[in-house]
Amino acid sequence: KSITTIIAVEFNGGVVLGSDSRVSAGETVVNRVMNKLSLLHDKIYCALSGSAADAQTIAEMVNYQLDVHSIEIGEDPQVRSAATLVKNISYKYKEELSAHLIVAGWDRRGGGQVFVTLNGLLSRQPFAVGGSGSSYVYGFVDAEYQKGMSKEDCQQFVVNTISLAMSRDGSSGGVAYLVTIDEKGAEEKCILGNELPTFYDQ
Amino acid sequence: MAAATATRFCQQLSSVSDMSPDWTAKEVSTGTTIMAVEYEGGVVIGADSRTTTGAYIANRVTDKLTPIHDRIFRCRSGSAADTQAIADIVAYQLGFHSIELDEAPLVQAAANLFKASCYRYREELMAGIIVAGWDKRRGGQVYTVPVGGMLVRQPVSVGGSGSTYIYGFMDSNYKPNMTKEQCLHLVSGALSLAMERDGSSGGVIRLAAISESGVERQVILGNQLPNGQLPREKDNHRIHTTIEYTHHVPVCKIQALNSICW
Repeated sequence: KSITTIIAVEFNGGVVLGSDSRVSAGETVVNRVMNKLSLLHDKIYCALSGSAADAQTIAEMVNYQLDVHSIEIGEDPQVRSAATLVKNISYKYKEELSAHLIVAGWDRRGGGQVFVTLNGLLSRQPFAVGGSGSSYVYGFVDAEYQKGMSKEDCQQFVVNTISLAMSRDGSSGGVAYLVTIDEKGAEEKCILGNELPTFYDQ
Repeated sequence: MAAATATRFCQQLSSVSDMSPDWTAKEVSTGTTIMAVEYEGGVVIGADSRTTTGAYIANRVTDKLTPIHDRIFRCRSGSAADTQAIADIVAYQLGFHSIELDEAPLVQAAANLFKASCYRYREELMAGIIVAGWDKRRGGQVYTVPVGGMLVRQPVSVGGSGSTYIYGFMDSNYKPNMTKEQCLHLVSGALSLAMERDGSSGGVIRLAAISESGVERQVILGNQLPNGQLPREKDNHRIHTTIEYTHHVPVCKIQALNSICW
């Protein structure tokens, strides 16, 4: 598993992506404010986990390919196209790469969508978690996720999940980055450490 | 990964791996999920019921909540042999100690006896134990003795391989000063979530509530789990609800073994 916590959730009309901000090399934290949610297109983002170099490279390649594709078709690309491009790279080079990207965004045809591309598979899910910190919150997301949440509920759900994972996983920490994508566009937010929700033992 | 598949392919050409299944060479382990919570006046403990040797489930109705004294129980995880051996030793020592004192032993005494054995033989043993019980001096207490032999008292503790998946759920749903019913719902909800996600945990949920008045045991069968089925990606109609503390979870007494279906 890779040293991070990432999550993406669909709601009615869009998606919310969230991640922590810690990048470690062994025991040292080399970047404590890294934004792991990177842009693939105006309304399509991906959450990076695994090897930082591999994940960033895949994201840049797909960003370029999507730009060309969207010029060719003359309109915004579908989330499924972006996810397929990521999947193609992940599958073709699966022996050499070790990165897992969750692709999420909004398009006119399907609304908010979340795609998982672990090891080269492509699967659409209502929500997805990834990274080492995700192990600790499987129970929480299984219990708390409800279909048809509002945008604010989704954002709160994502923030709660990230901060629970950060408090238990040594490889996740720092601040929480949130991206909300809907019909109008993408909105990025950063929630500092002292503004994250706390729990009974803190 | 290509290299790994090549090795496996070569092994299949020979006759060794076909002759005996993998579990004959594996040790029996209780890859498991165990949990204990303190409340005002006692403790609630719970465990799943699966014991595995490799991929084979050796016992699907294991009782991992074993008494070591009238009001002191322990939940075991790790190697089945190690935990059983330690339990026999500690039960004997504790019984002797309580005869010397001429009163019920303290939970802390039991926990320290476990710690002494687990720490001294830490290289040979692989056992993670949660000791929980009630005594006159401090009421309900939960002590956890993980692999390595540390001892710490916690208001709520989870252990075993399935515990990683429910840390987040536990952190968000545990509040201090809950009632016994709330604790029972918390434990059964958390265990069923872990059993869904962890391949080494499963079966039925065994619960016990220990207080001054005694021990009440319950079993929740596989088809009555609070968050029963594994969520499927295409199943858009499934709604998971937060564990509501007023919701009644059906429980039943221990039934005959041949009626446990799962």
